[in-house]
Amino acid sequence: MDVAAPSGALSIPVWNALAGGALIGLSASLLLVLDGRVAGISSILGGIARPHRGDVAWRATFLAGLLAGAGILAWLIPAAVVPRPSTVPLLAVVSAGLLVGFGTQLGGGCTSGHGVCGLSRFSKRSFVAVVTFMTAAAVTTFVVRHVLPAVR
Amino acid sequence: MKALAVAFLAGLVFAVGLGLSGMTDPQRILGFLDVAGRWDPTLAFVMLGAIAVHVGPARWALRAARPVLADTFALPSRTAVDARLVAGSVLFGVGWGTVGYCPGPAIVDLVAPSPTLLAFVLAMIAGVVVYHHGKLRLARMPTPQPSIRT
Repeated sequence: MDVAAPSGALSIPVWNALAGGALIGLSASLLLVLDGRVAGISSILGGIARPHRGDVAWRATFLAGLLAGAGILAWLIPAAVVPRPSTVPLLAVVSAGLLVGFGTQLGGGCTSGHGVCGLSRFSKRSFVAVVTFMTAAAVTTFVVRHVLPAVR
Repeated sequence: MKALAVAFLAGLVFAVGLGLSGMTDPQRILGFLDVAGRWDPTLAFVMLGAIAVHVGPARWALRAARPVLADTFALPSRTAVDARLVAGSVLFGVGWGTVGYCPGPAIVDLVAPSPTLLAFVLAMIAGVVVYHHGKLRLARMPTPQPSIRT
């Protein structure tokens, strides 16, 4: 079933997108209801960079699970995890990585922590964060895809 | 031990969800962010599915006395919308919109790395470390560690 936009731009069947999203919601729910922890990837990384006693093992274990899940993906849905070289210049890639690392720590979350977990708690902070990073990202993508090629 | 097994399982399920929904491909993310191009709504459906499942448990956690396998919930305690939140989100958004990687998919894609991905992840880790250990004034401000809600 392909409930795509009129242009047919939905890149994956809508049920796969919803089911994959539901698994992400299930993951966040398991971690919160059973362990009392928030499944925010950038906060999980931040807590390893600045470790507190008794607060590191679960983070490292979650990340190990993430990589184990990636291994399962490579076996179940090989197309989901293939090398994806990009035409973006290396300097821009490195800058983007630095901004994502630093920005998520300063802003206290990313797509998972603010986007999935925070919005589900009806957090006002997360709502503002999501609107802000979606807007900043859309403007950036517009510049990278439509403005820079034109001025070059 | 049980709590750690849950953390492992949660990570595993999270990764499978990202892959099944196509979120491990940064071109799909950029297709969503590029509202002036051939717009790809996939990310919106993923968010919808995730929030639909998580909203009940998340609301429960706000009311419950304690989680099943731990003594306390570690939920963010901040409520104020401040400059750090907005500035950090702008920086994150600019990085995300440049190559289409946010932290979760970038880590999952490490099982099939490209030079682009490796450069991105190393820089991302450097960004996290600079925030927490750099000599920047900004970094000395209170950390966004989730505090224990009692």
